[in-house]
Amino acid sequence: MPDPARSITLTVNGTMVRVQPGTTVAAAILIAGGYTRTSVSGEPRAPLCGMGICFECRASIGGKLHQRSCQILCTQGMDVRTP
Amino acid sequence: MKKAFDVVVAGAGPAGIAAAVTAAAQHRRVALVDDNQRPGGQIWRSGASLPRPARVWLSRLEASAVEHLSGTRIFDHPAPGVLCAEWNETAMELHYEKLVFATGARELFLPFPGWTLPNVMGAGGLDAMVRGGLPVAGKRVVVAGTGPLLLAVAAHLAARGAKIVAICEQAPFARLAKFAAQMSRYPGKLLQGLAYRLAARHSRLYCGCWPISASGSTALESLTLRQGNRTWSVACDYLACGFHLVPNLELAELLGCRIQDGFVAVDDLQQTSVANVYCAGEPTGIGGVEMALVEGQIAGLAASGSAEAARKLIPQRRRMLGFVDALRRTCALNPELRRPAADTTLVCRCEDVPFGTLREHTSWRDAKLHTRCGMGPCQGRICGAAAEFLFGWGPDAVRPPIFPALVSSLAAESTNPNKSMEDA
Repeated sequence: MPDPARSITLTVNGTMVRVQPGTTVAAAILIAGGYTRTSVSGEPRAPLCGMGICFECRASIGGKLHQRSCQILCTQGMDVRTP
Repeated sequence: MKKAFDVVVAGAGPAGIAAAVTAAAQHRRVALVDDNQRPGGQIWRSGASLPRPARVWLSRLEASAVEHLSGTRIFDHPAPGVLCAEWNETAMELHYEKLVFATGARELFLPFPGWTLPNVMGAGGLDAMVRGGLPVAGKRVVVAGTGPLLLAVAAHLAARGAKIVAICEQAPFARLAKFAAQMSRYPGKLLQGLAYRLAARHSRLYCGCWPISASGSTALESLTLRQGNRTWSVACDYLACGFHLVPNLELAELLGCRIQDGFVAVDDLQQTSVANVYCAGEPTGIGGVEMALVEGQIAGLAASGSAEAARKLIPQRRRMLGFVDALRRTCALNPELRRPAADTTLVCRCEDVPFGTLREHTSWRDAKLHTRCGMGPCQGRICGAAAEFLFGWGPDAVRPPIFPALVSSLAAESTNPNKSMEDA
């Protein structure tokens, strides 16, 4: 059950998102209502495999580019950027 | 950074955990290396109640002397006995006497119009996202593809409050019935299957059925399904679609292990064709958790020089081979699944290469050289298996780095096998 006292706050493209501990950055991006990347021909993309092999979930996390957001857990104050 | 172990185990799923724990119990210095942050692989993901074998093996791992190197990606094998890996942007050289790789499997994704839309995911893919915190309560989900994973995913998502609109299994009903009959030899699996079906009992299961297109403006909104000559559309928020599993063979190929009929060839003690290298779990044949645990224990014992103890487990493994075979026959893909891809349907999602462009080529290598298909960040992990099914193209040779690595990690890698990173 969600526990507000234990929740983590992070920002996705500047918008604050509150998630439970153990939430992946990929899930937080979808919760924020966005997608993760724009493809080379301009399509919006979001996670496909959920296990770190398809690279569709890559995003900028804490200033580091091209991070696979499905493999990284949210931490307090994290700054996540997507196109 | 340089670390040396008696046994290095690559992959912390059930097979890798069993191998590492078993080898450590034989007083070997063991490292368990995995890309993920938490042990358990794809099947024992936390975030939900775990089955008993998972709790047992994870607590054994916790209590063991195994050094768990999580978040660590192996990208090269420069010389026998050495692996290069990257952890937290730091290059690492792992030296081993014996190597057990248990690199698991990934889902097979088949392209159809609209499959690149956000919220079209793998069956295990959506399941993993939900275990990673994505809420699906009240969401309309279609689960499609093939294999026992579909029922497991439908059951889990239903338990999380999702409305499972349909479960579409490509295999015909007769084949599923035969599979269920064969499962009388594996009552545990039969009961598990029934429990999953019961958990998602309010959802209709369609056999010989699959999605032929997905549509939506910025994300999935509706899906067209086909069963025989009938096609119809359903509104949905997510599609969880995977056509069973294909083994992760990149490391096996880099090591030079013999591959037979798409799987790593091993002997009774899980020894590959390469000296001091063992393989356990899905890369030797898709057989599920029980098989992986037995193979992991055999490999862990064999890699610790306890061949006698390892041999005692061989009958257990042999008993499971029937399941592997039944699963393979049941999940065999209907050739009609090649038809949904249109000329404009993207096959390679990294480089956005459409089906029509690929069709002009004669081999995977030819397609790669001319279209960049399979040359993006995933290195063909998604489109390679799809192209194999669509065009019958065999895989190309694997070259290091087998996973995208930082230039600094590549630079740290010693070119002379006698020279370590510390000397460099």
